[in-house]
Amino acid sequence: MVQIFKCRILENSRVGQNYFRMIFAAPQIARESRAGQFVHLRCTTSIDPLLRRPFSIHRMDRDKVEILYRVIGRGTAEIAKRKAGEIVDVMGPLGQGFEIPKGGEHSRAILIAGGIGVAPMVMLAEEIKKVRESKCLQCSDVTSEITESFGQRVRVLIGAKTKKELLCEKEFKKSGCEVKVATQDGSKGFKGLVTELLEQSLTTHNAPPARLADCQSLTRGSTRRTTIYACGPKEMLMKVAKITQKYNIPAQVSLEENMACGIGACYGCSVKTKNGYKLVCKDGPVFNADEIVWKDEYQPGS
Amino acid sequence: MKNPVMCASGTFNFGEEYGKFFDLKKLGALVTKTITLKSREGNLPPRIYETPSGMLNSIGLQNPGVEMFLKEKMPFLRKIGIPVIVSVAGETLDEWTALVRELKGVRGISAIELNISCPNMKMRSGRARSTMFSQDADATFEVVRKVRKTTNFPLIVKLSPNVTDITVIAKAAQKGGADAISLINTVLGMAVNLEKRAPVLDAITGGLSGPAIKPIALRMVWEVSNAVKIPLIGMGGIMTARDALEFMLAGASAVAVGTANFINPRVIPQIIEEIKKYLVKNKISNINSLKIGTAPIL
Repeated sequence: MVQIFKCRILENSRVGQNYFRMIFAAPQIARESRAGQFVHLRCTTSIDPLLRRPFSIHRMDRDKVEILYRVIGRGTAEIAKRKAGEIVDVMGPLGQGFEIPKGGEHSRAILIAGGIGVAPMVMLAEEIKKVRESKCLQCSDVTSEITESFGQRVRVLIGAKTKKELLCEKEFKKSGCEVKVATQDGSKGFKGLVTELLEQSLTTHNAPPARLADCQSLTRGSTRRTTIYACGPKEMLMKVAKITQKYNIPAQVSLEENMACGIGACYGCSVKTKNGYKLVCKDGPVFNADEIVWKDEYQPGS
Repeated sequence: MKNPVMCASGTFNFGEEYGKFFDLKKLGALVTKTITLKSREGNLPPRIYETPSGMLNSIGLQNPGVEMFLKEKMPFLRKIGIPVIVSVAGETLDEWTALVRELKGVRGISAIELNISCPNMKMRSGRARSTMFSQDADATFEVVRKVRKTTNFPLIVKLSPNVTDITVIAKAAQKGGADAISLINTVLGMAVNLEKRAPVLDAITGGLSGPAIKPIALRMVWEVSNAVKIPLIGMGGIMTARDALEFMLAGASAVAVGTANFINPRVIPQIIEEIKKYLVKNKISNINSLKIGTAPIL
């Protein structure tokens, strides 16, 4: 259940040009949170900056919670100044995280991260890895071994402006993921947008497995089932939604919106969906991509 | 009311979210999010933006409408066992009366707050468009009088600071039959994004709240307290017990806490505790004896 905690900062260090990593002690949040959920931090103890700031949970380890963030304004600048040993006021865990589909151990997973959108994806990759470490209910083989023999490793596509701004490649590899990189200036990996890399990846990777195992869940075709998970700038998520719609692949996207309360009371962080407005803080931040009404689909006068 | 601290409308939804953080019984009263006759979808995002020591909002009175409110929210509110003040708003006089009629005889409601001052909802009448009821003394008088005739519930009228002279509007509300006045609603404001060369909020303008507006609110409570006889509920940027007590000194009989709930969902019970400590320490037996000039306050 969501609560407010006074947490000791264990580490708050720069990991890139404008990127920081904060680790704080929060046993209850670490126990209860799932990939895609977020924590809501007070920047300082003063009234300016006034509001809390929401951060995806990046990783957790027993009693520690880690966030990865980019300094983009006054609030995050204040948070970046906080030192190890200080106390930070944390509300969490909040929101609805990513949903790994039932029986999804065998199915393909593609994670797409744009810029600081890598933050929740590292925890998601770890969660998927854990699911796959369990034994297949059908054939009682370890799922990851089966999936890997079919080239079904978790695939991660990371997009960044330049090589310098590329984050978390190592962490994903540690979780056994296959990592592909796109940079806008071509300084590393594919030159272009990560969504272009996704399209390329789908056209070349969508062929059925070369051979089928005895495992029932494989022959039932679940290997052909793919789930796409994405977090990044809105334009990127919108493109992911269009591409996945074209290929008829279910996609989950983690959205961001200016937020005040974080608990569904103020109605500030609304997002237009096919079923009316929903709240990023309470109904999201993770939504099914086909549920969202993207900005280019707004009806005039609506 | 067992204490003078309530939540401000629109910052507390219908209480459920905050019930996870503290026992809602501790509230002096609960003021609901404003409800309208029919459900409202609200404005397009972005709806909020932080400003120095404050925030702008243009939620647009998103609410489920009175029918759903009575069916889905009222049972929870009734169970808490504290005074429930239902905030309502309409665009026309007929809408106001129809809405208030729907609340007739509903168990668990202690009073109705007329939100005639939401910057995101304008009145539709023969008068000039795009103004709030509370920006026009005659319109204020008319709506309060009409509603007064329609219901027996005590009426609290919530005023806007976006006027030349708030005492004129306050007097009109009193004359129309208001039992109390709550003030202030948000201050109209705007934020601009230099990079995009565009307004930040989709609705362009919004209502400013938070500590940034406290001096404006204190000034208006002081002015209105000298102009009307009915009690005042003061609000606008209250973050601490000290802020709340300042409003009492300026002339408020009770206070409402709004934006502070977003930063600290447990702020209201904390303010109540701090006020108690202050009263004990200063040997004040009646909180309403706190008035500017009545006693040396250290």
